[in-house]
Amino acid sequence: MTSTSSVSIKHLDLSFGAVEVLKDLNLEIANGEFLVLLGASGCGKSTLLNCIAGLLDVTGGQIHIKGENVTWAEPSERGIGMVFQSYALYPQMSVEGNLSFGLKNAKLPKDEIKKRVQRAAEVLQMEDLLKRKPAALSGGQRQRVAIGRALVRDVDVFLFDEPLSNLDAKLRADLRVEIKRLHQQLHNTMIYVTHDQVEAMTLADRIAIMKDGLIQQLASPSEIYNKPANKYVADFIGSPSMNFFLGAVNTDGAPTFETAGQTIPLTGYEFVSSPAAGNAWMGIRPEHIVVGEAAEASDFKIDTSVEIVEPMGSDTVVWCEVMGERIRIRIDGQSSVEPGDTLRIGFDAARLSLFEKTTESRI
Amino acid sequence: MADAKRPNQLLRNLNAKVAAIPMVATALVVFVGCTIWTIVHSFTKSKLLPKTDFVGLDQYERLWKTNKWLISIENLAIYGICSLVLSICIGFFLATLLDQKIRFENTIRTIILYPFALSFVVTGLTWQWILNPDFGVQKIVRSLGWESFAFDPLYNQDIVIYGILIAAIWQGSGLIMVIMLAGLRGIDQEIWKAARVDGIPKWKTYIFIVIPMMRPVFVTALVLITAGIVKVYDLVVAQTNGGPGIASEVPAKYVIESMFKNQNLGQAFAASTMMLVTVLIILVPYAYLEYGGKRRAK
Ligand SMILES: Nc1ncnc2c1ncn2[C@@H]1O[C@H](COP(=O)(O)OP(=O)(O)OP(=O)(O)O)[C@@H](O)[C@H]1O
Ligand SMILES: [Mg+2]
Repeated sequence: MTSTSSVSIKHLDLSFGAVEVLKDLNLEIANGEFLVLLGASGCGKSTLLNCIAGLLDVTGGQIHIKGENVTWAEPSERGIGMVFQSYALYPQMSVEGNLSFGLKNAKLPKDEIKKRVQRAAEVLQMEDLLKRKPAALSGGQRQRVAIGRALVRDVDVFLFDEPLSNLDAKLRADLRVEIKRLHQQLHNTMIYVTHDQVEAMTLADRIAIMKDGLIQQLASPSEIYNKPANKYVADFIGSPSMNFFLGAVNTDGAPTFETAGQTIPLTGYEFVSSPAAGNAWMGIRPEHIVVGEAAEASDFKIDTSVEIVEPMGSDTVVWCEVMGERIRIRIDGQSSVEPGDTLRIGFDAARLSLFEKTTESRI
Repeated sequence: MADAKRPNQLLRNLNAKVAAIPMVATALVVFVGCTIWTIVHSFTKSKLLPKTDFVGLDQYERLWKTNKWLISIENLAIYGICSLVLSICIGFFLATLLDQKIRFENTIRTIILYPFALSFVVTGLTWQWILNPDFGVQKIVRSLGWESFAFDPLYNQDIVIYGILIAAIWQGSGLIMVIMLAGLRGIDQEIWKAARVDGIPKWKTYIFIVIPMMRPVFVTALVLITAGIVKVYDLVVAQTNGGPGIASEVPAKYVIESMFKNQNLGQAFAASTMMLVTVLIILVPYAYLEYGGKRRAK
């Protein structure tokens, strides 16, 4: 364990009866880091967060926070603050009451409580809401109070369980920025659960992608996007999602990828280890496929006919059939493409992702 | 449709309104009509049959001079306050115990709720046996060696009403428990988690967060219990029949006895009007607070 580690999880197991939700999970979170746990519904994100918070008793393994073994400590003694999806405000108390109830209970001096509440209200810009009851607040304001309740605890680690998923799209974007600003201001460690990849990409220092209780990849957003560790991660991140072709890597001479009678040169692709021949998946993101002049300059180019056009304003998604697969291409929103048009597309080997066929891990 | 008009509010949902008429009419005739009829006849000197010879407040004067009525009222007050407080406390306490995710919850819930399925007469007779000094608790404890042990509430004028209270609570708290349990289950689990992270002990979470959130549930329980208190009759008849002497008389019993045993309708109506007034005195301020206040706040 390094001295800068804020939260460290060692060989964590958790089962509900016979159902194993987390299996031998290891995670080191640095001081001041913003870590996002991302994954499909039911993969165990909330369960992991609840274990860190001490709201669930672990079946095996250890949890250290700030170098202290807190595996069996009460949630309130772990130095964490938590924000919930449903806000979980105390409905009969005013905003001020919500913020100060825990502190009063911990018998903090009155002026200290007042100072902390005042500061939280300032940071979250809700000084004029302090006397209101939660019922008289909007969703975004409620969530801000919930964040404030974690803030006044003056803790090192913040835990967020899908804090924005009850809000509408615009508010979500606003509050997302606010959380980012909060992190830059406070430099606390934050662990943030979401199934929204935009939130994950924009907020995180590192993202942990989870599936069935296992961490698939733990890396920076750009690495997750550019070099997904396996096909699941590649498919999960990005919208519209990555296009896949099943084929084989050929290493006679310069490495190539062969599918549906086409040969795609792999010169320029960064193999994880030295290239090996065998069946594989080739993935290319819709936004990495280029058209027009840029296509001519690409490593590989091919003609195709447009099937469906989905204009989205800033960009347009074009569906077409290439080498036996129906794929998506993201092009500029201003280009005029009609169904039936012939389109010359191309992509570079450096933009590809290759996965071994059976293990589906990156090669 | 250029001349689309706002539809007449009276004609909206016409079918539903027509269907509701018989029920509304019955309610008006039976409840309001009979109540007024009763109140009017409480000012007459009706004996066996209702008559309309008005005598002013005579019946009420007599009523409040009758020792039996005074004892009835006193008993009702003791019984009412105790059973209200105890039913709610015991019901809530049992519900919190059951809410701890224990095993066999369904079984335990059924057992505790079971007495509610019994008639008050059965409950009354059962507890008459249990509290009988010659067969019940006192006998058992004495045969275990405590020769001087005395527990005979139903035969002691001073505490007989508490003997009745025990039976009533045994029967009633199951229902209150189930209502409270439903209320507890309605509380978002994340509230509990938030309170734990805040370091608030369990009992404090109940008192300061959960119970205030369960206000509507408490109101429902309160109404149910209060209705049961005012009309308590069969339990008393089965357990003590008002005895020893007149120590466990209650107002409902006074009304029925005036009516059918003493053939004194005027007196019975006066007593039942007094009961109605009592209920209204409790209900009106409550309804005003609950509904009137809210409307103004909107
Ligand atoms: N109390 C419980 N008893 C049994 N199984 C549970 C319990 N809580 C969760 N699970 C199971 O554990 C798994 C992980 O649940 P968890 O709540 O951590 O998912 P999640 O990743 O947070 O999903 P979501 O994005 O929907 O919130 C699920 O398959 C769920 O069915
Ligand atoms: Mg969850």
